[in-house]
Amino acid sequence: MAALINIFWIAVAIALALAAGWLFRAVAIALTRGSVARMLRTAPVTAGFGMLVILIYVLVAIFAPVIAPFAEREVVGAQFLPWDSTYHLGTDNLGRDMLTRLVYAARNTVGIAFATTALAFIAGSILGLLAATVGGWLDQVLSRIVDILMAIPALVFALLLLTIFGTSVLKMVLVIATIDATRVFRLARSVAQDIVVMDYIEAARLRGEGLWRLITREILPNAMAPLVAEFGLRFCFVFLMISALSFLGLGIQPPTADWGSMVRENASLITFGDITPLLPAGAIALLTVAVNFVVDWMLHRASGLKE
Amino acid sequence: MSVIWTMVAKRLGLGILTLFVISLIIFGATELLPGDLAKSILGQSATPETVAAFRKELGLDLPAHTRYLNWLFGALQGDFGTSLANKRPIADLISSRLGNTLFLALYAAAISVPLSLALGVLAALYRNSIFDRAANALALTSISFPEFFVAYILIFVLAQSGLFPSMAQVDARTGFGEMLYKTFLPALTLTLVVTAHMMRMTRAAIINLLASPYIEMARLKGMKPMRVILKHALPNALAPIITVVALNLAYLITGVVVVEVVFVYPGLGQLMVDSVAKRDFPVVQAVALIFAAAYVLLNLTADVLSTLSNPRLVHRK
Amino acid sequence: MTKTEKPVLLTIRGLRIEGRSDETWSEIVKGVDITLHKGEVLGLIGESGAGKSTIGLAAMGFARDGCRISGGTIDFDGVDLRTASEAERRELRGQRIAYVAQSAAASFNPAHKLIDQYSEAPVQHGVMSKAEAERDAVELYRRMRLPNPDEIGFRYPHQVSGGQLQRAMTAMAMSCRPDLIIFDEPTTALDVTTQIEVLSAIRDIVAQFDTAAIYITHDLAVVAQMADKIKVLLKGDEVEEADTRSMLSNPREDYTKSLWAVRTYARPVQPPVTGGTPVVSVKAVTAGYGAVDILKNINFDVYKRRTVAVVGESGSGKSTAARVITGLLPPRQGQVLFDGKPLPADYRSRSRDQLRQAQMIYQMADTALNPKLRLRELIGRPAQMYLGLQGKALTERIRDLLHLIELEPDKYIDRLPSELSGGQKQRIGIARALAAEPKFIICDEVTSALDQLVAEGILKLLDRLQSEFDLAYMFITHDLATVKSIADEVVVMKDGRVVEQGPKPEMFQPPHDPYTELLLSSVPEMDPDWLTRLLDERRRKANG
Repeated sequence: MAALINIFWIAVAIALALAAGWLFRAVAIALTRGSVARMLRTAPVTAGFGMLVILIYVLVAIFAPVIAPFAEREVVGAQFLPWDSTYHLGTDNLGRDMLTRLVYAARNTVGIAFATTALAFIAGSILGLLAATVGGWLDQVLSRIVDILMAIPALVFALLLLTIFGTSVLKMVLVIATIDATRVFRLARSVAQDIVVMDYIEAARLRGEGLWRLITREILPNAMAPLVAEFGLRFCFVFLMISALSFLGLGIQPPTADWGSMVRENASLITFGDITPLLPAGAIALLTVAVNFVVDWMLHRASGLKE
Repeated sequence: MSVIWTMVAKRLGLGILTLFVISLIIFGATELLPGDLAKSILGQSATPETVAAFRKELGLDLPAHTRYLNWLFGALQGDFGTSLANKRPIADLISSRLGNTLFLALYAAAISVPLSLALGVLAALYRNSIFDRAANALALTSISFPEFFVAYILIFVLAQSGLFPSMAQVDARTGFGEMLYKTFLPALTLTLVVTAHMMRMTRAAIINLLASPYIEMARLKGMKPMRVILKHALPNALAPIITVVALNLAYLITGVVVVEVVFVYPGLGQLMVDSVAKRDFPVVQAVALIFAAAYVLLNLTADVLSTLSNPRLVHRK
Repeated sequence: MTKTEKPVLLTIRGLRIEGRSDETWSEIVKGVDITLHKGEVLGLIGESGAGKSTIGLAAMGFARDGCRISGGTIDFDGVDLRTASEAERRELRGQRIAYVAQSAAASFNPAHKLIDQYSEAPVQHGVMSKAEAERDAVELYRRMRLPNPDEIGFRYPHQVSGGQLQRAMTAMAMSCRPDLIIFDEPTTALDVTTQIEVLSAIRDIVAQFDTAAIYITHDLAVVAQMADKIKVLLKGDEVEEADTRSMLSNPREDYTKSLWAVRTYARPVQPPVTGGTPVVSVKAVTAGYGAVDILKNINFDVYKRRTVAVVGESGSGKSTAARVITGLLPPRQGQVLFDGKPLPADYRSRSRDQLRQAQMIYQMADTALNPKLRLRELIGRPAQMYLGLQGKALTERIRDLLHLIELEPDKYIDRLPSELSGGQKQRIGIARALAAEPKFIICDEVTSALDQLVAEGILKLLDRLQSEFDLAYMFITHDLATVKSIADEVVVMKDGRVVEQGPKPEMFQPPHDPYTELLLSSVPEMDPDWLTRLLDERRRKANG
């Protein structure tokens, strides 16, 4: 019976989510016009839901101090208080307000993940485009280095490097950005390689165009669609990796509020049937689901447009 | 035929070379550390004498290439040196845990590989149906979940009621049946995480081919949809499917890290996490080398198998 | 008994098919009727977008993904394929109605041997056992005049040449001895000399088994050899239908007449060049990739206001010659002279002015134009780069160029390539070459991806521009009809060598080099008896 009730609530939640996604898409279409509105019309409900969720996360991250009832690191009460009207989601293992920590973590975790992805993306895509365009020994050298780095599993490599350099946010960002840049390099290179064999690139080379213009005007505009989708995928990957490291106690360090560490700190509650520690984990999951839904739609569009 | 074996031999050679370079990186990474390793581990307060003694213990007084060769040849014979944290031989620490980790990974693989291939084929067959859309959305959702989220949900749902243990505490005396029972939740967590990815890739590999003229030809010969997929699409989709299966098996081997921590399972992953926190770098190096070797071997196997699945390469002109 | 007195096999009435683009459905076949008797061959012809393949597939009750049959009846021997169940349709496909696709290389499954693919339909439909089907395959391979019929079936598709694969596919279609075969452009991807063998094998086997066929092609001369009657299609509508001979001798509709007429265009004969320095001179060039020589000691000259056509089949090295001239492939031996002075072998060592002087127009305008750039930038870039034009002067120049290629500047200047038709894209390729104000242009199969009427327009435009700007053209093509209409001089290539070269009038008069002879005689003619006559003639020669 309890299982049935659970399933019922899950179904209600999914239905509500899809309705919200549909509504958001309808509003977005109404508010935009031209090519943006045309593009939004092709979005499935899941993508609408994804965009809505991403928007909410961004707003929460920006307005964290306004939304949160307490300060990020403030001890406000006893440990592990239950949900009530003052501490809406109770308190954590040190007596800090759970809701406040959740809100601030949106800023910290998402912000750090975004910065890491951006760093990885800039380095990886520039080198990848360059390798494909220039070719020859530059391509050979870069590709072999990346092959080797990619032959070591990402999490293991990250753990190895963190052992050596020690754990701090900056080091973690650099380590993960390096590891992730190899993946971006691979994709950017293979996308660009499909483009550089085109006759219009040959024509541009024969015209005597320089490397910079070749990459920025001739190749990049045609590589944008897969690269944007890849950015979403890489963000999910980085975000999950940072959360995993924080969960293992090797990533973002206390007292900074962060979803991964929050799960770790409060995990013992689960065995008592309290779902509070699942909330930060759920917050991670919800954002990755949202990004993946949007990316899925973009990949679908990119492949559909090719035909 | 000889051409294909030359290719396979080349891949093998390349694999061994890769492993060698990886061992260099894993060993050499410690050399990247600015300043003195011994000092950095012992901290600022250490006296010069302790530092010197510690250096000798680590073998830091020897030149780097000698240390590397000693380490590599030791590792090849199963001797990884001693742990800094508890002074025990690393080989002892690793041996039982390696078995546990492999057991868990194989357990998850035995469920997830057949399941995801079957689901992938079905989703491709009934593409764009309600079943396909639901499976796709579900898969996308479960790919997006961090492993510890899946693990805690399972604990919340299945261990709360006492159906399965929330901690996978096993030792050398645990019997096979009991192992299967005790490690069910960690194995299920891993299965849920990798099945979705493999299913999606299998579906995509098959659907990619459905637009090919030879698939249209099979349909125009009046073949049934199931036959079109199994006989005409699947053999040509083998290479990408093999690659994705290998990728996920490799992922299983490293994905166990988080799952082992959640379920307090005595495996390599947990050992590695503990050692990272203690900066017990000889142990981290040893475990990293084992994980990397497994990863390279799996990718190598996939590479060779997908070469062998390509009729253009096997049957030359 | 003539074919029309035989019982009717297929009756299509008011066939309507819709195709989807951007979530909306539009009609691509607009009410077509077909009546086909047993053993009769119907030729369906039309340009791209006419809907001929779609109609061919609909005759099997089949619509591709993104298409749907929206109206009409398809009656095959008493079964309405529109109302029949999918299982009933499957029972007919492969067994009573078979299909031969355009590209045999892509339509054979690369993972299975030819003979297994042959026996699939008879075994699965329960017509023959596997062993019977394999014996039958050898027999049909023999009848299709495939080399080594006993052994060829045990090869994989990639181990067999294109022409042989196409015959093996026809044999496969015959495996259940169907009543009807749909041939969808079966020889379009083949070289002319290979085409002859496939055409004659198809024609013979269809006659032997008295199979009815729908033969789809855009090539009038080919359909003239194969069909009993011809139906002309335009944009999903029927233009007219008549038996082959009266259709060829006496087309009724204007559209049909215009299709018939395109083959007659020829530019005026130019007086032979006397003296002067050639614009481009290829001197004893040997070039290739890796250890293989693709070009072996090639020589030819191109003069101002003259067009040199370089003709050959696939693999003859004609495109490699272009790569040597543009500097993409430095030759092993020999050199290229421009206005009598040697050009650096690698394009990267050439001066900007040297690059400007020699321009290129590509076969596939789709891949030759950056899809993300607007026409303003596509055409304007060379003018900006080479001539230093900026701002208003540049815009004026772009507008002039658009005028030259007969496109309205105001309407087109800010469009993307995807907003143009195939012929318009090719015109943009021409404008881009002109923008550099070159002396010499390489045209690489510029018309072979286009419909005949559109191609005709491009050829006329190129002719006009040549006299207007004193251009020298090197025209790479496999199509002798194009050579006839545009060349002043002809270079015939085979296996990397020049087998014959000279002024056009001489080239089309005997005596010929044996390969040129083969090439010339293999070009289909509009005479329905041409193939029969040619085969008789070749047989006579072979016998002595």
